[in-house]
Amino acid sequence: MAKYIVKRFFIMIITVLLIATLTFFLMHSIPGSPFNQERGTSEAVQANLEAFYGLDQPLYVQYAMYIKSIITFDFGPSIKNPNQTVNDLLSRGFPISFELGIITILTALVSGVTLGIIAALRHNGFIDYLAMTFAVLGISIPNFVLATLVIQQFAVNWGILPAATWSSPAHMVLPTLALATGPMAIIARLTRSSMLEVLTQDYIKMAKAKGLTPFRIIIKHALKNAMMPVVTILGTLIAGILTGTFVIEKIFAIPGMGKYFVDSINNRDYPVIMGTTVFYSSILVFMLFLVDIAYSLLDPRIKLNAKGGE
Amino acid sequence: MNKQQTNLPSKQDIPEDWFKPIGKNREKAEDVVRPSLSYWQDAWRRLLKNKLAMGGLVFLVLLALMAIFGPLLTPHSPTAQNLPNQNQAPSMNHYFGTDNLGRDVFTRTWYGARISLFVGLAAALIDFFIGIIYGGVAGYKGGRTDSVMMRIVEILYGLPYLLVVILLLVVMGPSLTTIIVALTVTGWIGMARIVRGQVMQIKNYEFVAASQSFGAKTSRIIKKNLLPNTMGPIIVQMTLTVPTAIFAEAFLSFLGLGIQAPHASWGVMANDALSTIISGHWWRLFFPALFISLTMFAFNVLGDGLQDALDPKLRK
Amino acid sequence: MKIANDEKIKQNPKAKTYEQPVLQVDNLEVTFKTYGGTVQAVRGVSFNIMKGETLAIVGESGCGKSVTSSAIMGLIPSPPGKITNGQVMFNGRDLTGLAKNELRKIRGADISMIFQDPMTALNPTLKIGDQLIEGIMQHTSISTADAKKKAIEMMKLVGIPNPTERMKQYPHQFSGGMRQRIVIAIALMCEPELLIADEPTTALDVTIQAQILELFEEIQQKTGVAIILITHDLGVVAKIANRIAVMYAGKIVETGTKREIFYEPKHPYTQGLLNSVPRLDLKGKPLEPIEGTPPDLFAPPVGCPFTARCPHAMTVCEKIMPQQTALSQSHGVNCWLLDERAQR
Repeated sequence: MAKYIVKRFFIMIITVLLIATLTFFLMHSIPGSPFNQERGTSEAVQANLEAFYGLDQPLYVQYAMYIKSIITFDFGPSIKNPNQTVNDLLSRGFPISFELGIITILTALVSGVTLGIIAALRHNGFIDYLAMTFAVLGISIPNFVLATLVIQQFAVNWGILPAATWSSPAHMVLPTLALATGPMAIIARLTRSSMLEVLTQDYIKMAKAKGLTPFRIIIKHALKNAMMPVVTILGTLIAGILTGTFVIEKIFAIPGMGKYFVDSINNRDYPVIMGTTVFYSSILVFMLFLVDIAYSLLDPRIKLNAKGGE
Repeated sequence: MNKQQTNLPSKQDIPEDWFKPIGKNREKAEDVVRPSLSYWQDAWRRLLKNKLAMGGLVFLVLLALMAIFGPLLTPHSPTAQNLPNQNQAPSMNHYFGTDNLGRDVFTRTWYGARISLFVGLAAALIDFFIGIIYGGVAGYKGGRTDSVMMRIVEILYGLPYLLVVILLLVVMGPSLTTIIVALTVTGWIGMARIVRGQVMQIKNYEFVAASQSFGAKTSRIIKKNLLPNTMGPIIVQMTLTVPTAIFAEAFLSFLGLGIQAPHASWGVMANDALSTIISGHWWRLFFPALFISLTMFAFNVLGDGLQDALDPKLRK
Repeated sequence: MKIANDEKIKQNPKAKTYEQPVLQVDNLEVTFKTYGGTVQAVRGVSFNIMKGETLAIVGESGCGKSVTSSAIMGLIPSPPGKITNGQVMFNGRDLTGLAKNELRKIRGADISMIFQDPMTALNPTLKIGDQLIEGIMQHTSISTADAKKKAIEMMKLVGIPNPTERMKQYPHQFSGGMRQRIVIAIALMCEPELLIADEPTTALDVTIQAQILELFEEIQQKTGVAIILITHDLGVVAKIANRIAVMYAGKIVETGTKREIFYEPKHPYTQGLLNSVPRLDLKGKPLEPIEGTPPDLFAPPVGCPFTARCPHAMTVCEKIMPQQTALSQSHGVNCWLLDERAQR
């Protein structure tokens, strides 16, 4: 088990470094200086600014500085707003985005799994068709379309829920709904198919032959096994939710990290782009790491196979 | 023993000559009752039965036709501004109304369909070629080559794909080509994994050993023997790649990182129309949103249908 | 012949009396609705099994023997499956007419089942101990500690070393043979009166097979449990069965004691089955496979289902289903060849 975690941990570090390096070289392959766009900046001021941000150094020095900034978690000041650092932006935006993300994941997981189980137990019944049609719709409607749809209905037409910002539980309903529907639909479909697969297994027949109640068979025998494929795609879903926060925060005017990220891209604010990218990637990779651990806890067979991976 | 009592003809009723031996009637025993269909015929037959998937297919064919011919049905240009004519509700002149710059939403919708379908199909095809080469080589060679190649895939898989796409767009500047390149940079991984799995499974089959013993070259074995047998899951993966790519394009354009104005893409149109939630010009948001959703829905149900139809386990 | 359910027969090592029938199956019919049509998987099967007896149901795959066992347990997946006719009398009660929760009280407590593949019959994510005790915890008001004690006892009975430690392990930490022993131990936890073993040795190595069969004999002697053994393997049958029923295309075509079936087979299908397996007592005789395939049960033939493959087929075989002819108290054959008008 420990060996497995260590191995996963190393892959995690490598991935983060890879993304960081990729980001660095991509950013530096853009021709010109970020200060060129601003008209009226004199040569001298520009040189000054470049020196301030270390842009006059050779590339390898800049790379070393950049890696150092990642390790020390100090991404320096923003270019567009020199009076605030990237860390300021992150510490302001991250708690909100994190809240949105966690609420979304929990909503999607709980409702998706419930829906999937009900559909599987009523296989080929009316509820099954209803749930699955709903699920395909959920997958097909992009989150930004859904966001505008729910604002139109709940906030504008009916006026029962607030449409923007992130200040009270009522404000969280619509963004969460818009962001969670897609992942929920994916989880529901996967839970259903995996549950159906598990229900045909011999150990379920055996549990029935033992005379156990249907409830016990589902909870004790089917659910844990059926959850394994769901856990494996959780990583991808988290990544989707994370990028989904960009648009949701934009539409609902939520002052989260995603908003700063999109703004920094539109403003070509390189320190912010690099800082947020690395931060996002680390969070994501760490989530994938947690998912892996969760999977190995769920499946007792993993522990023995730790050496070879899969 | 409980003897079965039936009301069959009594002993006298049975003609005497029915008790003459007729010998083994072997042809009858070997008779195959159900007609044998090839894999593809069988899959097609089952796809035809799936109404939802067929509905998706029909919608996509119609959409493709409209993407090609739709703009010819109106005299309006997709990009020309006509300010006095702004925010017109749908009418016989402008079927889907006009936007805030007086452009015809109907014409723009079909231009958007061109972009969405092009992005989706191009991404699926490029993923297909890269994935099949990478996955095919990894799966076929096996051993050390495979484990190195798969370790690379494992690390790339950890990359958040939309983040990478966004970074590439920042560097290369937003354009259609950039979007497609950016989408395929990480998109081929799923395909490569599937192809590898299929190849691993099939390469131990006897017919591969047979062609190896004839001295066939590796590339020929992959092309002639392995690929035809791995097509099912690959086709499904391709079908499901398309809506992902369409979503990504719309998503990026919506964020202002993709297709740029004045070009019409469904994402751009939806982004432009965000303010209509308040202003009430619903048609500007409704039509692009409807067509993105319908197109993704159609590809998803078609993919699901193909998955069921092409699964050899479900053959009856 | 009404025996109250609570009058449970106590264990008796010497209980080799075959007088009391534990289970009587009468004219059982099971059908499955599929896209292609209705499959008549079991078409009027009747047999009974006495206390302490081992009855083997033998036949090719797809002949309906596993469906029969599922029907007895009330485990036919419905839909698409359905018991369309017949009775399953267990201690005087018709199981086919019982409500689901009534049936559940019998399942696992009075009738247990052993599955073919021990690699898939155990839940990979649950500890062996939990899988052993959950049945008895469901059926009785036994305490967890006592249930565990009982489980350890059962593991000892089926020959698993270090049962106390083994209780805490997962299925993947056991070999195939050991897993089948666990499956047997689970089936025995509630001291059932009837054990249905569906191909219990098919998935195992030959040496392990012999061990498992010996275990069955030993358990039967100790507990007096009646065993229905479902198999296609005549070697297994020869070893432990008392009586044999031969099934073909959803019907029992011949039934008799082991001696009657092995030495005086009357149905051409039984004869074919015996000729297609190697036997030590008939050395030098070449093996003869039965040619052809069983009929499609979507549309089973009106007459004897074996007609098309039968070397002695007659016109009457195609037209009319043969009735059972009793050759002795125990030996019954459904074949027109036993009619006096047949020209043998």
